Amino acid sequence: MAENTYLIRGAAILGGEPEDLLIRDGIIEARGKDLADGDATVVDGKGLIALPGMVDVHTHLREPGREDAETVETGTRAAALGGFTAVHAMANSNPVADTAGVVEQVHSLGRASGWVDVRPVGAVTVGLAGEQLAELGAMADSRAQVRMFSDDGICVHDPVIMRRALEYVKAFDGVVAQHAQEPRLTAGAQMNEGAVSAVLGLTGWPAVAEESIIARDVLLAQHVGSRLHVCHVSTAGSVEIIRWAKARGINVTAEVTPHHLLLTDELVRSYDPVYKVNPPLRTDADVQALREGLADGTIDVVGTDHAPHPSEHKECEWAQAAMGMTGLETALSVVQETMIETGLMSWADFARVTSFTPAVIGRVADQGRPLDVGEPANVILVDPAARWTVDPHKMATMGRNSPFKGKELPGSVVATFFKGHPTVLDGKLNTPYRYPAVSGN
Amino acid sequence: MKHLLSTENLSAFDAIRVLDTAEEMSAVGEREVKKLPALRGRTVVNLFFEDSTRTRISFEAAAKRLSADVINFAAKGSSVSKGESLKDTAQTLAAMGADAVVIRHWASGAPHRLAATDWIDAAVINAGDGTHEHPTQALLDAFTMRRHWAQLKGTASTGADLKGMRVAIAGDVLHSRVARSNVWLLKTLGADVTLVAPPTLLPIGVEHWPCKVSYNLDETLEAGIDAMMMLRVQGERMNASFFPSTREYSRRWGFDDARLRALDDLGMKDTIIMHPGPMNRGLEISSAAADSPRSTVLAQVRNGVSVRMAALYLLLSGDSREAAPNAIQSSKETN
Repeated sequence: MAENTYLIRGAAILGGEPEDLLIRDGIIEARGKDLADGDATVVDGKGLIALPGMVDVHTHLREPGREDAETVETGTRAAALGGFTAVHAMANSNPVADTAGVVEQVHSLGRASGWVDVRPVGAVTVGLAGEQLAELGAMADSRAQVRMFSDDGICVHDPVIMRRALEYVKAFDGVVAQHAQEPRLTAGAQMNEGAVSAVLGLTGWPAVAEESIIARDVLLAQHVGSRLHVCHVSTAGSVEIIRWAKARGINVTAEVTPHHLLLTDELVRSYDPVYKVNPPLRTDADVQALREGLADGTIDVVGTDHAPHPSEHKECEWAQAAMGMTGLETALSVVQETMIETGLMSWADFARVTSFTPAVIGRVADQGRPLDVGEPANVILVDPAARWTVDPHKMATMGRNSPFKGKELPGSVVATFFKGHPTVLDGKLNTPYRYPAVSGN
Repeated sequence: MKHLLSTENLSAFDAIRVLDTAEEMSAVGEREVKKLPALRGRTVVNLFFEDSTRTRISFEAAAKRLSADVINFAAKGSSVSKGESLKDTAQTLAAMGADAVVIRHWASGAPHRLAATDWIDAAVINAGDGTHEHPTQALLDAFTMRRHWAQLKGTASTGADLKGMRVAIAGDVLHSRVARSNVWLLKTLGADVTLVAPPTLLPIGVEHWPCKVSYNLDETLEAGIDAMMMLRVQGERMNASFFPSTREYSRRWGFDDARLRALDDLGMKDTIIMHPGPMNRGLEISSAAADSPRSTVLAQVRNGVSVRMAALYLLLSGDSREAAPNAIQSSKETN
């Protein structure tokens, strides 16, 4: 049997009719009914759905700097197991990914790991300090070919800096991904401001602190004719503003996290910091608005905001705890639970919000492509009938901070093909893809 | 009850049980030998992450009157960044055999963390956590009100609730753990509560609380109240635009001499004035009000020891734990 040839037999492509997919040398060579085995390794796709590999626009891989929380190797293993074939590695590492050198380091670590495409996100400002633009052009021109820029974790709150960033990235078709959080309105904020924070005595993070920045930024994007991406939209009001902006033709895209599609601030009553995240978990009304926004296209994509933390950063008082949740290995299941099992979306829609559109936003070539002949073979097989109970200790990520711990969720990733190579088979890690040696090196 | 973390989830039955037990305990405080053998051999740790001499010595007196061994652990400044974590501190106390931990912490929810995790198995008493709750303060306030209310009606306190009592709580509700604990407990006991504060010092979401909200102290007084509780205004609020100046605050929301006279003019001769202490005389309460016969400030302090004795007793000698042999019973017999 040829080493790089796989025949996926009888998988429902995007949830449609079962068909076969023949993968050879990283390319989908044939698609149809009853394809001949030939020299291919056959993978039984019966009862499974074939989808394009998921593309995460928002991942924290923590390397360099916090290798006790996650490394590119462990984070991308988690990504592969979760059905991803590409992740965007956020810039808030240490050192910050604000130079060509750091983004190239992350890029090459990703290639060395070989589990998924690692697309470094460049910082908008030097050191995420919000004061001076980082060398965006140098990062765009580097081997990492950065197209997405974000100070994620911190809002680019100075309107002039934000305006300049939006304008500048037009030179290389970049996008500014904004963490929308008005800093003065959220000083010391611990959770969503509302009925629950009033009772718990935790400093509130008001919805208006997100919505006011989004409103400003869509107007700035319109004014300078640039492309804006809004990270982790969390409120019903934000959905309304983005809907309004899109209706005006403003070039804005938005993402929602799986946890904001499922969890609410009621969970904070436990004071368990596993539920501490930024932006915070909101109310049920917000959850419903986010689901509707994702279903109707107002929100373009799902981004995990996978944020692993060492356990000591969560085993403490709420106010002391770090913000963030892991998400790579639960994203597919949570989106299935919240969007597909509820009838709001089809699997084809799932492919749009987890693969096609994220790849377009990040300008990731060879990702988020249709499962058609001649296309790159980034393919996952999903068992939609599976049910499993989340156990953070069985995950590949180093982070144990999953808010879905103990929860039963639908859907599991059976196989992940990255560049035609099975990184995951039978729901378990297989082997990484190995890039061909560069000739003359 | 395994822990006393908040009044929000305290049932009327448990609340009245604490208050009734406190009535029995208060009798001990009036004896020449102010001591019961109830918790002999038990260890109570006062774990204070925040300075509060008043609350600590109140718990210390309560534990000592029950013959418990008391360890005071001042852990101020302890944090992940500065030193030992809460987890390590808790495990250390567990290893030392603490039976109860009285915890005061600047972080809301810290007592819940001790109770919910497997770091320590001891009974946890919340002695004030951040801006969340201060349940023993609310219980001692309710104890004070109940005695007053029963006396007015000529009935016994024991077994009684606060049905029909009109209580106004004025001041910085937003940052007040005392206000929160009082609102829940007073509601449970049947009182009618009105919060009075500048809108900036009320939390978003207060409309869901089981009480009335007013921005006008004079109107609240005119409507008639049986107890007026003033909350301390923290100095740091003044620099954060919660109100324009201390003088304006005092004029609009302070219990000043004019409002003290208004109680007389309005014919509310039995209305009491309460304050959890420490007071800012001249800011939220005038000296005349604080020192008037209406003031229950010192009675609250006295009752605090009884209520904390009751809490410790009920948590440490309840059915779920190895009971100290009929301690309170035998002491009563020898009375």
